[in-house]
Amino acid sequence: MAVDNPPLTRAAEVAAAADRQEIRNRWFLASPALFIIFFAAIGPLFIVLVFSFLTPADYGGVVWKPSGQAWFQVLFQKDIFDDTTTFADAHLSILWRSVKLSFFTTLIALAFGFPTAYFISTRPEKSRDIWLFLITIPFWTNLLIRTFAVQEVIRNEGIFNTLLMKLGIISSPIQIMFTDVAIMLGMLYVYLPLMVLPLYASMEKLDFRLVEAGYDLYANRFQVLRRVIIPLVKPGIIAGSILVFIPSLGAYVTPRVLGGGKNMMLGNLIELQFGQGRNWPLGAALSITLMAIVMIALMIYVRSAGRSEMRHG
Amino acid sequence: MGRAGSGERRSAIEAIGVSKVFGNGDDAVRALDNVDVTIRENEFFTLLGPSGCGKTTLLRLIAGFDFPTEGEIRLYGEDIAPLPPFKRPVNTVFQNYALFPHMTVAQNIGFGLEMLGKPKAEIDARISEMLKLVRMEELRNRRTSQISGGQQQRVALARALAPRPKVLLLDEPLSALDFKLRKDMQIELKRLQHETGITFIFVTHDQEEALTMSDRIAVMSKGHILQIGSPRDIYDRPAERFVANFIGDTNFLEGQVKEVHGSKARIALNAGAEVEAGISEGANPQGNVTIVVRPEHAAIQARPGADALKGTIENIVYFGTDTHFHIKLASGPHFIVRQQNRHGAGEEFKTGMPVGVEIGQNAAQVLKD
Repeated sequence: MAVDNPPLTRAAEVAAAADRQEIRNRWFLASPALFIIFFAAIGPLFIVLVFSFLTPADYGGVVWKPSGQAWFQVLFQKDIFDDTTTFADAHLSILWRSVKLSFFTTLIALAFGFPTAYFISTRPEKSRDIWLFLITIPFWTNLLIRTFAVQEVIRNEGIFNTLLMKLGIISSPIQIMFTDVAIMLGMLYVYLPLMVLPLYASMEKLDFRLVEAGYDLYANRFQVLRRVIIPLVKPGIIAGSILVFIPSLGAYVTPRVLGGGKNMMLGNLIELQFGQGRNWPLGAALSITLMAIVMIALMIYVRSAGRSEMRHG
Repeated sequence: MGRAGSGERRSAIEAIGVSKVFGNGDDAVRALDNVDVTIRENEFFTLLGPSGCGKTTLLRLIAGFDFPTEGEIRLYGEDIAPLPPFKRPVNTVFQNYALFPHMTVAQNIGFGLEMLGKPKAEIDARISEMLKLVRMEELRNRRTSQISGGQQQRVALARALAPRPKVLLLDEPLSALDFKLRKDMQIELKRLQHETGITFIFVTHDQEEALTMSDRIAVMSKGHILQIGSPRDIYDRPAERFVANFIGDTNFLEGQVKEVHGSKARIALNAGAEVEAGISEGANPQGNVTIVVRPEHAAIQARPGADALKGTIENIVYFGTDTHFHIKLASGPHFIVRQQNRHGAGEEFKTGMPVGVEIGQNAAQVLKD
């Protein structure tokens, strides 16, 4: 009976009530975030998943009739005359181009972003803010406008070609527009800050006495970079690479403007299905495929990068 | 002092006319100003001074993290000032240890040898040897974040000693440790220096640490070396007011030089007695001078003798092992006498009592400034 041992039981009850209250409070405080996660992320994603298993309606939209056709079409196509099944070459080449261009964009962004971030983090504290400010300025402009700016530089009559021709280095313009190189340049320009900022964030925390300790222990500049700096800023490298790779893979505006109609990427292919293609289930299936690729790539990357990874803190 | 003795042993490090200026124009700071110092082989040499005196700057110039604005730094006769740190056979124990957080204890210790391209078997053997030297064998494969401050300190030492440097630089390595651990590490450092026979250059602002550990001390202030000498030299025979003040408690007394003979001067104190006082090398005292007397080098007398300074006790401070008597001299200045507490002694003195202060033989030293 509670009466036998009133003070202790009472204390336990109060503590339990406080715990319940605490848990209620937590759910209450988390509710706005949970609401957004559910209705803006998980919900729509679920709809996309469901649509990918339905039948396309004639003028866009879906007919509520289950079908695996869309998923079949992601990889295969049926010849319209003799019904033979072949690989969907177009899809595969677009998929390959997307992965390839995103990979190289990430790699080059890292190659440029790393020294940039290092430079900024080694400036005196006062001028670092100015450098960071300069890095973020492009964000203030609309993506489309930035992409057209790149076009202005690289098109046949653009600054780059005009300059080279004026200098007599080339006699006819180099075709950059509507090539994979153009798409990559565009993405590099647009996503480079996303590489620099997380890199800077982890380099700023880097204890430069560790760099000195490396030099002191007979490591030359390259060895200090490889054995001390890179392992210590690895979280920044991972974050920056993810932030560049993911939007590159799903890029839509950049390949559309700089790659023209021929050099499509996954984003354009998906858009095509929801627009002119009028095949929403295929578009949905491609979207899910894109997501799967991103997740697999992330898992491989984080695991390989994390193998020699230290635990922080 | 430093120059005269340098012929005995080979010099490991020589700084010749070294200056270091940071910044430029109006913001320029002269961290070191025309410093000359010779550090001998196998010596435990301490750079002692308050923060901002240039001691760490001098250490960084020797390590190669900074380069001198003027002057030469020689390692066994060879000018190393233009060499990058990774080409100098000199290793550093950093103030915060600067252990690599992404490596184990063993990887930290082996890093230097690995960078020197030593074979793996040799590195492993040396790591074991080093872990044994600093008594850390059981922590070989721990992460550096998983060990205590004192243990990190030992790893930092082992890491710096592993490549067998010609000179080991220690930048206030004990300042982050608590009192007890610091005492233990002081003994540990002396033992390591003795066992390895490596020249240690130790930077500290802690005068007691300097006195207990060093073979020789250089006292620094505002980018200059004021005095170089053995702990006993520095403590008993400070050449300048700053040195006397910085190290230990000191009494300053004014007086006139009566006569100089050899390394001694006879001083008539304004407080009314005459004392024999030592003269620092190269000084030529005349006229008004200041002498220093350490509190424990004077004695308090209930019945003053003929050549004692007269005064009254203002305050008695009991310290356990000893007692400090704050005495106001009849001539004006204050004087502190420290007396060890023997059983039964010291109880006869009371505040306000008239007493005499007797300055011991060889206790006084004439300051240069």
